Amino acid sequence: MDPIIILQAGVASGTVLLFATLGEVFAERAGVLNLGVEGMMLVGAMTAFSTTIATGNPWIGVLTAMFFAGLLSQIHAFIVITLQADQVVSGLALTFLGTGISLVLGEGLSKAGTVSLMPSFSIPLLSQIPILGPIFFRNQSVLVYIGYLLTPLAWYYINRTRGGLHLRAVGEYPSAADALGINVFRMRYLYVFVGGVLAGLAGATISLAVAPGWFSELTTAGQGWIAVGLVIFAQWDPIRAALGSYAFGALRRLILDIQGPTILFGFRNPFYYDPYLGFFLQMLPYAFTVIVLVIGSREAIRKRLGAPAALGNPYIRGERGL
Amino acid sequence: MTESTSALPRRRTSYRIKIEPRLDQPPAWFPAAISVSAIIVALILGGIVIASVGGNPFLSYAHIARASFGDVGVLSDTIVKATPILLAALACSIAFRMKLWNIGAEGQFIMGAFGASAIVLAPVLPAETSRWLFIPVMAIAGMAAGAIWGFIPGYLKAKFNVNEIISTLMLNYIAVAWVNFWIFAVWTEGGFQMSPKFPETSWLPRLSEYASSIPFFRGLTTHAGLLLGILAAVVLWFIVYRSRWGYEIRLIGDNPHAAQYAGISIARNTIWVMMLSGALAGLGGMSEVAGVVHRLQTSPLAAGYGFTGIIVAWLAKLNPVVIILVSVLFGALILAGREIQPSGIPKMIQGIMLVCLIASDFLLRYRVRLVRGEEA
Repeated sequence: MDPIIILQAGVASGTVLLFATLGEVFAERAGVLNLGVEGMMLVGAMTAFSTTIATGNPWIGVLTAMFFAGLLSQIHAFIVITLQADQVVSGLALTFLGTGISLVLGEGLSKAGTVSLMPSFSIPLLSQIPILGPIFFRNQSVLVYIGYLLTPLAWYYINRTRGGLHLRAVGEYPSAADALGINVFRMRYLYVFVGGVLAGLAGATISLAVAPGWFSELTTAGQGWIAVGLVIFAQWDPIRAALGSYAFGALRRLILDIQGPTILFGFRNPFYYDPYLGFFLQMLPYAFTVIVLVIGSREAIRKRLGAPAALGNPYIRGERGL
Repeated sequence: MTESTSALPRRRTSYRIKIEPRLDQPPAWFPAAISVSAIIVALILGGIVIASVGGNPFLSYAHIARASFGDVGVLSDTIVKATPILLAALACSIAFRMKLWNIGAEGQFIMGAFGASAIVLAPVLPAETSRWLFIPVMAIAGMAAGAIWGFIPGYLKAKFNVNEIISTLMLNYIAVAWVNFWIFAVWTEGGFQMSPKFPETSWLPRLSEYASSIPFFRGLTTHAGLLLGILAAVVLWFIVYRSRWGYEIRLIGDNPHAAQYAGISIARNTIWVMMLSGALAGLGGMSEVAGVVHRLQTSPLAAGYGFTGIIVAWLAKLNPVVIILVSVLFGALILAGREIQPSGIPKMIQGIMLVCLIASDFLLRYRVRLVRGEEA
C-alpha cells in the first residue's frame, strides 16, 4: 500500500466533492440553500455517461451534464426565489426529483459497458516535485486540474471582484443590495444555476473519471450530502472547501485501499479482507462528516462567524428585515 | 416579483397577470383543493416523462390503480405497504412541526427494526415467550433504538448547533452499515446478509390468522402494525393540538423568538422532539420487521419508507390524522410501482409530487388574477 498512490487517487476522488462544494458555496453565498446537490449530481452523472455513450465524446458528456444539472437547479430557484417557498423542503424535493429522473432515464445504463473517459495526463515539470508532484500532477484527469484552477478563481471572484461583492451583498443584506440597484432575483437565479452546473460537473467527474459507470443511486452514495456538510465546515470559503474536499477524498480512498495489503507498516494488517471491520470502515466518511460539522459549528459560534445572513430567507421586496 | 406583464402584441386591450398577497383567510376547502390539483398536475407531468421514455402513461396509471385497489387482497397489501410509511410520516411530521428537519427517519426506522430484532436474536426473550409479552417488549425496544438514533442529532443540534439535516442523513448511512454488520457477522443465516427467520410468537398477528372464524380474512396480509400506526397517529394528534407540550412545539416552529421570550427551552424541546420522532420511526421499523419481513435484513427494510414519509407528512400538512389517508395513497404507489418499468418511476413521481406541492403553497399566500387593463 503506497501512501502516494492512495493520496493521488484521493485527490481525484476529492475533486468530485470539490466541484459540488464550490457550487453550493456560490448558491449559499447568494442566500439560497440548495439541498438538491445529491439529485443534481445524479442527473449530472447519468447525463454525462449516457451522452458519452451516444456521442463517443466525453467533453460533450461533461457539458451536457453541466447544462441539465443547471436546468434542474432552476426548478429550485423558481420555487424558492419567485414562489418564496421553504428552501429546505424544496431542496429535498429536488433531490427526490433528480434521483427519480436519473433512475428512469438511466435505466439499463449500468450494463452499457465501457465508454471513452476524460483524458488523464501528467504536467511536465510539476510532476517532478518530490512527493507533491506525483500526488497532484501525475496521471490525473483533466477534471482534477480544472479543480485546481477553479478553487483560487472562485476565491478571487468572491472576495476580490465587483461581481463577488454583489454576490455577497445579495446573500448578506438583499434589501441594501436592491437599493443599490442590484437585481437580487436575477443574481440568485444566476448563482443557483452556477451551483447546479458545478454539481453536474461533480456528477460527470464520477461517471467519466473517478469511478466510471452508472450504478444508479450508488453512483453518488451520499456525496452530495457530504458536500452540503462540507460547505458549513468550509465556512463558505472556497479554499477551505478545497482542503475539506481533498481530505475527504483521501479518506474515501484509504478506506477502500486499507483492506488490501497483508502487512501494514511492518505489522499484520488488522483490516486485511476483514468483512466485519469493513462495515465499520464504511461508516467512517459519514461519521467524519458529523464530526467535521461539530467542529465547524463550534468554531462558527466561537469566532461569531456565520452563514450568509439572508441564507434560507426569500427576498420579498418592500418587506422589513433582511 | 409582484407582477409580471404579458402584453399581447398589436391589441388594444392587454391582459396582465396580477399577483397580490392574500389578506383574507381562504375558505376551508381551498388548501385541500390546491393539494389535489398539485397531485393531478404531478401525475400529468409524470405521464409526460413516462411517455418520453417510451412508456404508456395511461396504462401505467391504470396498472397502479388496479394493482393497489383492485380487490380486497391487493387493498390489504396496499395497507401493509402504507403502515411503515404512516409511522415514518408521523415521525417526520412532529419534527417538521418544530421546523426541525429530521430527514433521518430512514435510519431511525432501520435502528428500530434492529432494536426489535435484538429481542428475538440476542435472544433477550426465548422463542417460547407468549406473544402478549414478546410484541410489547419488541415495540418498546424498537422505539428505544429509534429514540437513541434521534437523540444523537437532537443533542448535537441543541448543544453545538449542528445542522440536523446533514447529521440525520449521515446517520442513515451509518445505521445501514451497522445493521449489515450484525446480520453478516453475528446473526447471519448461512453466510447471507440476513438473520434467521423469527419464531412465530414474535410475529405481529395478521388478519389471515383469523380466517378459520371469519372466512373473509383468508389470505389477507394486513397485520397489527396498522393498529399501532393509527394509535400513534391519534396520540400524536392529541399531543400536537391538545397538549401544552404540543403548543410549545408549534410555537417554537412558528416563532422561535416568541417561544424563547415565553420561557420555553428550545434546546430541551429539540432533544425531546427528535427522540419522539426517532421513537415513532423506530416503531415503524419494529412493525415492518415483526409484521412483514420476520427477519432482520436491510434490503426490504431500508426501502426508502423514511423518505416517502417526508413527502407524506408534507402533503398532509403535518396533520397526523390526514397522514393516515395519504399513507394509503403512497402505499398504493409503491406497491404497484414495483411492477412498473423502468423501476425508478414511483420515485420520480414522488419527487414531482413534492415539487408541485411546494410550488402550489404559493397559491395559498397569494392571489393570482388575470386582469384586463389599458396600460401595458
